[in-house]
Amino acid sequence: MELVLALAIGVLAGCGVWLMLRPRTFQAIIGLTLLSYAVNLFIFCIGGLRTGADPVLRAGAPLTQYADPLPQALVLTAIVIGFATTALFLVVLLASRGASGNDHVDGPDGTP
Amino acid sequence: MNPHWLIAPILVPLATAALQLLLGERRRGMAAVLGMVSGLAVLAVAAGLLLTANDTPLAYRIGGWPARFGIVLVADRLSALMLLLAATLAVALLPCTLDRWRQPDGAVQPLTQFLLVGLNGTFLTGDLFNLFVFFEVLLAASYGLALRRPGVRQVGAGLHYIAVNLVASLLFLVGVSLIFGVTGTLNMAALAQLVPQVPANTRALLHAGAGLLGVAFLVKAAMWPLGFWLPRTYAAVAPPVAATFAIMTKVGLYVLLRLSLLLFGAGAGAASAGFGGSWLVWGGIATIIAGVIGMFGTRELGELAGYNVVVSSGSLLGAVGVQQGTVIAGALAYLVISTLALATLFLLAGLIAPREEAESAALLEPYDPSGLALYADEDESQPSVPAPVRLLGGCFLLCALLLAGLPPLSGFLAKFALLAPLLGAGSAAQVLFGLTVAAGLCTLIALVRAGIRIFWSEGDWVFPATRPGAVASVLILLAVCGVLTVLAAGPWRYALATSAQLHAPAQYIRAVLP
Repeated sequence: MELVLALAIGVLAGCGVWLMLRPRTFQAIIGLTLLSYAVNLFIFCIGGLRTGADPVLRAGAPLTQYADPLPQALVLTAIVIGFATTALFLVVLLASRGASGNDHVDGPDGTP
Repeated sequence: MNPHWLIAPILVPLATAALQLLLGERRRGMAAVLGMVSGLAVLAVAAGLLLTANDTPLAYRIGGWPARFGIVLVADRLSALMLLLAATLAVALLPCTLDRWRQPDGAVQPLTQFLLVGLNGTFLTGDLFNLFVFFEVLLAASYGLALRRPGVRQVGAGLHYIAVNLVASLLFLVGVSLIFGVTGTLNMAALAQLVPQVPANTRALLHAGAGLLGVAFLVKAAMWPLGFWLPRTYAAVAPPVAATFAIMTKVGLYVLLRLSLLLFGAGAGAASAGFGGSWLVWGGIATIIAGVIGMFGTRELGELAGYNVVVSSGSLLGAVGVQQGTVIAGALAYLVISTLALATLFLLAGLIAPREEAESAALLEPYDPSGLALYADEDESQPSVPAPVRLLGGCFLLCALLLAGLPPLSGFLAKFALLAPLLGAGSAAQVLFGLTVAAGLCTLIALVRAGIRIFWSEGDWVFPATRPGAVASVLILLAVCGVLTVLAAGPWRYALATSAQLHAPAQYIRAVLP
């Protein structure tokens, strides 16, 4: 399972970085989204991978069979914040498309 | 002071922003009064924290949970200093919001209050994840402020700014989660206790996490080569917003200073002590060089101010990397003065607008020396310079003196305090010393060149009708710098005590984890 997850994070991050380096704003926002998926998965698995483990302590349950709840709380916050900032970026992207008339990240003629 | 006060610098601007949003566009006057009350209240709390700061940092456990599990706010001398600086800047820039900068200001006032929430939270928080949250609050408000000015160039600069900062935030998250994976905690005090005990086989992961975290803050602090976004963005936003942004590079520096001395100070064990220090020194040196080159390459005053931000950030990064007692004290003095002076320069750059942008604004009598018979007979009357131009020229001169670090103003004292201890701190620090002196000279040349072009040349620039609020802000900021020149002894003792406290992280740890 570790290998699958590591590969998934790696592929997502690789695609995200490649798309971020592309010149179109749409590619940049898809790249950012993929990167944030990779980061969210990374945060999620940082507490260790367990299946069927309790996130909340129960009386009598052994501590070794217990999933760390803190990364889950962290990833929830990160998802919410990432979602909000991506939505904002989308608005700016549309404004840039409207103001400059094309979707190049550097404006109308491709020069900053 | 009662530790409950620590939450006030976060709650007061938050409530004010909500009320200002409710008031809306129509009642700008009432919103401005609210902003003034909030700014003064935060200023009073920050001043109280600063005056009562002693060797025991204040810790406020939200909800009464023990610090390892709950959220904790901590105010030591450094936090109090940064809070006071942010509040001073916010109050000084309030008159500006009463002027209209060409566009109806929309949500500028509430966004500024949200920015203040983010700033104060960043300075007060005691754990890394809330640092991330407050950082995002700060950034979200700054995105809104950066996009207040419509136009192709402005939207383009805003797009780059947001993209760069979103990637930096992702790096921040990766760094935080790596550190959590290794140590199992994100509380800064608990981390400081755990760093010396991290086993050798996971220490590299801890360092990788700290390095990624550092990169995220270096993007904010505009270290070369991560700072190319800064001059364009700062030149494209409205001048009062750019003046507020002058403190945002300092946020990155604050976090680097805090974490490098708390987690990787002398007590962190042989394998981790001084981690990243030489990177910061050499990065700072490269940043100064890049900033100076940019300064000579630009003709626009706004971009010139942006490159000045880069140069001062470079000097501070280098000083943080040196990590020695009095260097840090000097860096703190320089941080305060350079923030105030850069905010002034951004405001002045907005007041002295280039012609194509000023065409629509109501104009003063353009100052045209060629028409004034400067070289006519001796007994000709003096050329009459309009009073606002004289005032702006004087302010520009004072600002240039502050930024270049020339006597008699506080810029000189701060730069001297930064430079004097660098000489005895190793060869890299001596390179930094030489470059900081040279950068001061280059700043002077670039600003004098800009000043000659603006105030003496033949009508290349014209002055839009004075904005009394912005002029009042400039005068307040310069007056604060003037007061810091006259009463330099008290602030300097405070800076020395702050640096001593930063070098003794045991006080911080004891206050948070009793």
